[in-house]
Amino acid sequence: MSSTPTETTPAPPRGLDRDQVAARVARDLLDGYTVNLGVGIPLAVPRFIPEDVEVVLHAENGVLGLGPHPGEGHEDPDLTDAGKKPVSLRPGAAIVDSAMSFAVIRGGHLDVTILGALQVSAAGDLANWYVPGRNPAVGGAMDLVAGTPQVWICMEHVDRKGVPKLVRECTFPLTGARVVTRVYTDLAVFHVEDGGLVLVECAPGVSPETVRRHTEAEYTERLAG
Amino acid sequence: MIDKFRQDLHGHLDAVPDGATVAVGGFGASGRPDALLNALCDLGKTELHLYVNNVGEDFKGVGRLLREGRLRRLTASFPILPEFYEEYFAGRVEFELVPQGTLAERMRAGGAGIAAFYTPSGAGTMLSDGEFALSYRDGHPHTRVEPKETRDFDGRPHVLERGIRADVALVKGHRGDRKGNIRFRRSARNFNPLAGMCGRLTFVEVEEIVDVDVLDPDDIHLPGVFVDHVVMTAEAVPATAHIVRTVPADPRDTTIPTAEEMR
Repeated sequence: MSSTPTETTPAPPRGLDRDQVAARVARDLLDGYTVNLGVGIPLAVPRFIPEDVEVVLHAENGVLGLGPHPGEGHEDPDLTDAGKKPVSLRPGAAIVDSAMSFAVIRGGHLDVTILGALQVSAAGDLANWYVPGRNPAVGGAMDLVAGTPQVWICMEHVDRKGVPKLVRECTFPLTGARVVTRVYTDLAVFHVEDGGLVLVECAPGVSPETVRRHTEAEYTERLAG
Repeated sequence: MIDKFRQDLHGHLDAVPDGATVAVGGFGASGRPDALLNALCDLGKTELHLYVNNVGEDFKGVGRLLREGRLRRLTASFPILPEFYEEYFAGRVEFELVPQGTLAERMRAGGAGIAAFYTPSGAGTMLSDGEFALSYRDGHPHTRVEPKETRDFDGRPHVLERGIRADVALVKGHRGDRKGNIRFRRSARNFNPLAGMCGRLTFVEVEEIVDVDVLDPDDIHLPGVFVDHVVMTAEAVPATAHIVRTVPADPRDTTIPTAEEMR
């Protein structure tokens, strides 16, 4: 990662790497939170949660209190996360059936769900489940965004072709309308307040102008300092 | 005397007609009732409409039904298997895609006598507005999943979802007694008790058969009142081990230890 940002090419911008985005999100998790993690960058978040912050991880298939991979030879075929990977249980874990698991989700009993995204709109609409032409599958994404009070998105600020993922209106099929509350990218952190995006933080070394150049959605700025 | 143990699985499962609706427990391979699904195949059942969260990652269980062309329709949230989509896009199987929590609650509701319920999951998306293709023909969408009735509650849109009453339910339990009381293990529980509730005829395969009262009444996940038939999941269940997988793990999946390795 020795290349320097240039002002002549619009992409790719250089900000945080994926682990650094995960670490940035982890900083905002509060002691006592119950959290559901989607695939992608969100799965890296637990590694960066400080030891004195107790966070209960929930998996859609009915586990409250997920622990890490149990280590080779200790995998239990009856104990997996929502990605079907072997996991362990934290002390005080609980296991429920799928209806109860989604009662936890839909009923608003989680504090935060951290998900990846294809696009987020200026109003907080989320598209993250389906690219038309590919194989459609939704899992628990629509339940998670419908029920969880805080929906935090972790994603690259632009796609592989440099196209902004923070857009005026989502062009991919929606997972939910007006559901996103925060967006963490390699370049910046946005909050969604009163139905609009607010830029609250730029990544170290990233200017507000760089963020502006790589963002299609309209937003307001409220940067500290 | 109530005794729901069955030696002759095929004899009892043969009551399932072709074209039946079938609710199936499991989350991928975890808690998937492979012995019952294999028996459906061995009996030649076809034109089945399955309610199940996943097809899975291989041609076992639901994947076997797919490969043998026994599915008419799949209602699922996350099929996974690429070959399922090939069949769907080729117009050989219908696909109703539903949010995972909606599938779970539809099973629970059907089993609880609730005809329909409103949920916010999927409101304002192509899974509720009539856009999603139920079937394909000549490479194009042929029929669509019907638009769902929408109603606002507390200022938020909700969609009406129907409870599922399936002709038959297939369940994988850990331990069961002759009264049909079932206990599941770890996250292999998932959809199993819900599938078990919503079947008009419910089959459960268990890894271990226990005497009545071995399962404490407080610890029963699916009481026998929901269960019609209990079978052993396979012939060889070691009597001493209690964390043993009797259905052989996929040899390609090195993350799952074999029964030998777990002793």
